[in-house]
Amino acid sequence: MKRTGAQILWETLLREGVEVVFGYPGGANLPIYDAMPNYPIRHILARHEQGATHMADGYARASGRVGVVLVTSGPGATNTVTGIATAMMDSSPIVVITGQVPSKLIGYDAFQEVDMTGITLPITKHNYLVTDVNELGRVLREAFYIASSGRPGPVLIDIAKDAQQAATEWEPDTQPIILQGYRPEKRVNEDEIIRVSEMIHAAKRPVILAGAGILRSNAVEELRQLAEIAQIPVGVTLMGIGSFPANHDLHLGYMGMHGEAWVNKAIQQSDLILALGMRFSDRVTGNIKNFAKNAQKIHIDIDNTELNKNVKVDLALNGDLKNTLKRILPYLKRMDHSSWLEEIDEIARDSRRRDIQNKNNVNELLAAHVIYDLWKYTQGESLICTDVGQHQMWTAQYYKFNKPYRFITSGGLGTMGFGLPAAIGAKVARPNDEVWVIAGDGGFQMTQAELATLRQENIKMNIAVINNGYLGMVRQWQEFFYEKRYAGTPIISPDFVKIAEAHGHQGIRVTQRSEVESAIQRARTESGTILLDFRVRPEDSVYPMVPSGANLDEMIRRPEEEIIS
Amino acid sequence: MSNTLVALVEDKPGVLDRVASLFRRRSFNIKSLTVGHTENPGISRMTIVMDSSNPEDAHRVITYLYKLINVIQVDNLAEKPTISRDLAMIKVKVNGNNRTEVMQLVDVFRARIVDVANDSLVVEITGNEEKIDGFAEVLRPYGIIEMVRTGVVAMARGSTPLYKFNGNGHVKQQSIV
Repeated sequence: MKRTGAQILWETLLREGVEVVFGYPGGANLPIYDAMPNYPIRHILARHEQGATHMADGYARASGRVGVVLVTSGPGATNTVTGIATAMMDSSPIVVITGQVPSKLIGYDAFQEVDMTGITLPITKHNYLVTDVNELGRVLREAFYIASSGRPGPVLIDIAKDAQQAATEWEPDTQPIILQGYRPEKRVNEDEIIRVSEMIHAAKRPVILAGAGILRSNAVEELRQLAEIAQIPVGVTLMGIGSFPANHDLHLGYMGMHGEAWVNKAIQQSDLILALGMRFSDRVTGNIKNFAKNAQKIHIDIDNTELNKNVKVDLALNGDLKNTLKRILPYLKRMDHSSWLEEIDEIARDSRRRDIQNKNNVNELLAAHVIYDLWKYTQGESLICTDVGQHQMWTAQYYKFNKPYRFITSGGLGTMGFGLPAAIGAKVARPNDEVWVIAGDGGFQMTQAELATLRQENIKMNIAVINNGYLGMVRQWQEFFYEKRYAGTPIISPDFVKIAEAHGHQGIRVTQRSEVESAIQRARTESGTILLDFRVRPEDSVYPMVPSGANLDEMIRRPEEEIIS
Repeated sequence: MSNTLVALVEDKPGVLDRVASLFRRRSFNIKSLTVGHTENPGISRMTIVMDSSNPEDAHRVITYLYKLINVIQVDNLAEKPTISRDLAMIKVKVNGNNRTEVMQLVDVFRARIVDVANDSLVVEITGNEEKIDGFAEVLRPYGIIEMVRTGVVAMARGSTPLYKFNGNGHVKQQSIV
């Protein structure tokens, strides 16, 4: 049958199971848009291509499926760069389709021409330039396969306008995809599996560090079994939050720069680290030289380049986590580490005393209280998308996730402006879930225009702006490391209640803790989007904090006078 | 000895860019890089000499190279008995008095004269890098007008190939790093 490139594109998307694309039309993708109404795929018009890309990313993280972006050439394409880099760092499967000027103009600096495959070479898992309509179907299938297999990641396809318009004889290809240079399936050999069990059996003070790989590999159940059989406490990275139930006896908590003090200390005092689907980021290890010095280290990851990259380990296994953990389980003996667990509990006692939640009688609103209350009144069941900064760290600390796939955040790239658009994508993926955006006043304004997308698409969103009048995390660094010289960090924001109203939503300002519950309940019961503007203490800091480059257990703690009520 | 990597890659536009970009992105330097066709259509072979002899560096680069979709196989020849060759053309200044002397040196090094002019010779020499470096040193006093080198190509000794092709024409992986 005769098909144009645009038709081949939509038919292939349908065959890949795509239900929604996030996009923005323009001159170089008009043929694709022109064909769109003939296909049962929902289109969500973003207000900026960065927003569209974060939406596809949020959709992918919430659904486990590939998110799709459709934008035009030139500025439309370059606007996706931040979103692509965000997806790359956090291994999120998205396919970004960019229009390109007609092939005969490529290389001549035509209007809205930009070298998109060149620009995105280091921030995509793979990318393609398609100038021949006969290649389009194959390239699209490969793109979905590459994006979603192995360690997932973004794939970009740049399609010349004439390839969208040209017609060709086309039949859908159903053959399995074979790429001679791409072998995502990895298998750990049996000796290594046995070696892992031996090292676990020999350990007295073991700790599991669980990262996003557990979630991506769908290995949550295998992780739980492993921890329970071998009685190993589980620390989670920021991206690994949700991979182990927060209410489990063996749940240690969140680790790293703003991790719980007892988690970081337990890691430092451990004799075995079992690192699963995490990559020893500098935000997780602190000073790498003194990271868990006395521990034997086992690292299991699907990505071979992560093994022995940041931390040299004693045993490195390159394989899929679900499969690998499943094979380890039969070798495991029941262990008893009660004295080690008691020791950790002893360390945690001091942290529990220091917890800001103990301090109730303050006259002002504290961000940590707001997030704690949000957890309490949503029973920890919401899907939370954060932006980047202090509120993100407080969410990691105080919103306790007992179930997986309910926490979406920009970890690796730390992209301000991620929260709202990612939440839109997540809500589209899971329309029956209660979705909350938690954002700071700074980051929220970076992609605030997507409030209009919510309205146009009739998407219900709950938004908590943690408004402290500062770019809070940077201000905190200035307080600790730059003698409180607050250069560039005070930020005067618009009236967020009015901003919400101007977009056809409701807004509520909250200034006292006594108002928090009713505001949250109101947002939950309203059918439309509500923005809650929480006016919190301007100069509050996230504790504990491991200064950049310090040892993991050398943390700045909340001053005693701030703790005592 | 420098790490010498041999990479089999798909012969597609932009693959050289991906490989070169990877070295830049991960802060490794390339001493020389050559690329050409193999006996198999659609597959090119790169010989990359790294500016590092550390085996850990080579290991890191190889794992990253394997992440490139168009890279089929990579080997580090520093770990194997290897033949490596570099080809150079050297244009050297001569006059009536020293022409014979230079021609004798050419013989000693088993090089070849490929162009003769009144006041210059172009000499072609093939060999490993050390041999060519040595030859260039002895010619230097006569005055080297210009020199061009291809960069190193390398192959392991013995009959075992680095790679095999199966029935579908796909390369069968011999060793996964």
